Amino acid sequence: MSGVWVFAETRDGKIIKVVNEMLNASKGIAAKLGEDTAAVLLGSGVEPLAKDLAAMGAKKVYLADDAKLARYAPGAYAKIVADLVKKNQPSVMLFGNSAVGKDLGPTVAARLGVGMCSDCTGLEVNAEKKVVFTRPVYAAKAMTTVVCKDNPQMATIRPNVLPPGEPAAGAAADVEKVSAALEDADLRTVVKDVVMSAAGKIELTEANVIVSGGRGMKGPEHFKLLEDLANVLGAAVGASRAAVDAGWRDHHDQVGQTGKVVNPSLYIACGISGSIQHLAGMKTSKVIVAVNKDPEAPIFKVANYGIVGDLFKVVPVMTEEFKKLLAQ
Amino acid sequence: MKIIVLVKQVPDTETKVQVKPGEKAISTDGVTFVINPYDEYAIEEALRIKEAKGGDVTLISAGWDKAAEALRTGLAMGADKAVHLNDPAFLGGDAHSTAVALAKAIKKMEYDLILCGKQAIDYDNHQVGVRVAELLGIPHVAVVTKLELQDGKAVAHREVEGGSEIVETPLPAVITAQKGLNEPRYASLKGIMQAKKKPLEAKKPADVDAAPNEVGQAGAKTTVLTMTMPPERAAGRVVEGEPEDAAKQVVKLLREEAKVI
Ligand SMILES: Cc1cc2nc3c(=O)[nH]c(=O)nc-3n(C[C@H](O)[C@H](O)[C@H](O)COP(=O)(O)OP(=O)(O)OC[C@H]3O[C@@H](n4cnc5c(N)ncnc54)[C@H](O)[C@@H]3O)c2cc1C
Ligand SMILES: Nc1ncnc2c1ncn2[C@@H]1O[C@H](COP(=O)(O)O)[C@@H](O)[C@H]1O
Repeated sequence: MSGVWVFAETRDGKIIKVVNEMLNASKGIAAKLGEDTAAVLLGSGVEPLAKDLAAMGAKKVYLADDAKLARYAPGAYAKIVADLVKKNQPSVMLFGNSAVGKDLGPTVAARLGVGMCSDCTGLEVNAEKKVVFTRPVYAAKAMTTVVCKDNPQMATIRPNVLPPGEPAAGAAADVEKVSAALEDADLRTVVKDVVMSAAGKIELTEANVIVSGGRGMKGPEHFKLLEDLANVLGAAVGASRAAVDAGWRDHHDQVGQTGKVVNPSLYIACGISGSIQHLAGMKTSKVIVAVNKDPEAPIFKVANYGIVGDLFKVVPVMTEEFKKLLAQ
Repeated sequence: MKIIVLVKQVPDTETKVQVKPGEKAISTDGVTFVINPYDEYAIEEALRIKEAKGGDVTLISAGWDKAAEALRTGLAMGADKAVHLNDPAFLGGDAHSTAVALAKAIKKMEYDLILCGKQAIDYDNHQVGVRVAELLGIPHVAVVTKLELQDGKAVAHREVEGGSEIVETPLPAVITAQKGLNEPRYASLKGIMQAKKKPLEAKKPADVDAAPNEVGQAGAKTTVLTMTMPPERAAGRVVEGEPEDAAKQVVKLLREEAKVI
């Protein structure tokens, strides 16, 4: 029974960022357990990515490359991953807390009849050589530490929290090809189509900088101001629920307890009051800037830098200043 | 169409969470409990399907005595009946043992479709719906913002990074609801009166063929070691001056002091 495994999710032909974060953490975990790290790579035409995983620290890559795996399908993916786990008995299995990971993780865990810790923000090995996972609960209003009773100790890991590793180009991994022996029953759910809201849009949960707008934006047309600022900063644009419910922004853009939980280095909140539900989604951002004309707005209690004033005056100045600064 | 909806009772989103030192659960003093917001979308969707196509809607919840209030609220919205897995043995479970209890109960029921929330906003597990589907041996589509039923199958819009996948699945299946699916109705006064007479059945582990040690805390596959309050953020600071000057000042501070740009 051995191995710290990471599910190597891909998007648009690349390994997603959280995989590097997980592999980096896994090196330390594996060393303490006296085991090796491995990555599980599924998809169609993904074989060339195995060397990227080796560079990120995977000593072994289990590869299933098959046209049937071109798109994520819970039944097919879970069958391959669960079969691999049963055969090789890793002690730890990690997934990114992404749309795929949040779906595949519990599917595999249920098939194996084991526990799983969701959306973890930390992991370490304790004296009993068990992995202790840290996970926020109640929208990060409380923190827990949790262990899994059986192997594999499974978890999904929140993106953008664990430090990424510096890839070592040229590192090699032992690649084991696995055949995708799938039956009709494994392919019951079929993705018929994919509708992307905007190509190249930065994902909120993975963004390093987020600019968000609330009811104070006064209408959908004014979000242009935030998009201009976001473009300068390479940021994603988020919104409060008030802005989403008013129909100004898409549901995908909502930050908060019933929206996305984000943790960028910088979160700029414009015309957002700072309700308890909004704070639940962004309170763990490293640095928070708030622009609000009401000095009593609760957002100022969590803002590292607050500006009391009209966002329509403040935001364009910030955009210009950042432009100048970044042009230097 | 026979529809089952999984409903969990959770603390209101306004709750100021308190954890007493040494405890592994939050203090429930003064906490208001509500239907998990994502489960409201699931109930609403079930009611709309019933209104369009006929059938009935059964709610099921595993939880303490008070969880019956959440089930009554769902009945007042328009569900037909409710099952309450109500026994100390069902309490303190994790996603695994909760799903085992629910799946065992559901195996004794008839269903064409199972709806639930994408996640419960207490432990934020995002697991139970998917696990129930696996335990029942049926497919699932998770994080759904739009659902259409055609004979024997469902077409669901599932939220993914940057957009949606349009997924087709045969029925019966588990669908987990995301915000955007619909706008849940409020219970009407008439609904509240009618709900009092609707069947709400309490069940013990033996009633669902579950051994007491495979559900609730005894059946859990994870152990919570500690629960603590998160570190407080340092008090905020307002940058003084005219808004335009403050804006310039903040940009400078972000580079020189916070070093995030
Ligand atoms: C079950 C439930 C779940 C919820 N989940 C979420 C969630 O996930 N995310 C979320 O955000 N909310 C959520 N909410 C809603 C939340 O309670 C608040 O209603 C919402 O966050 C308010 O959004 P807001 O700050 O944009 O609007 P408001 O509270 O109306 O604040 C607008 C702010 O803009 C300021 N302002 C106005 N004009 C200007 C100007 N010209 N310049 C500068 N400032 C200006 C005002 O001073 C005010 O502070 C939830 C509520 C419930 C009940
Ligand atoms: N104790 C429970 N009783 C009934 N349904 C539940 C229970 N726990 C979770 N669920 C359902 O499963 C969904 C996901 O929950 P979770 O995996 O705990 O985040 C919830 O939105 C509910 O619909």
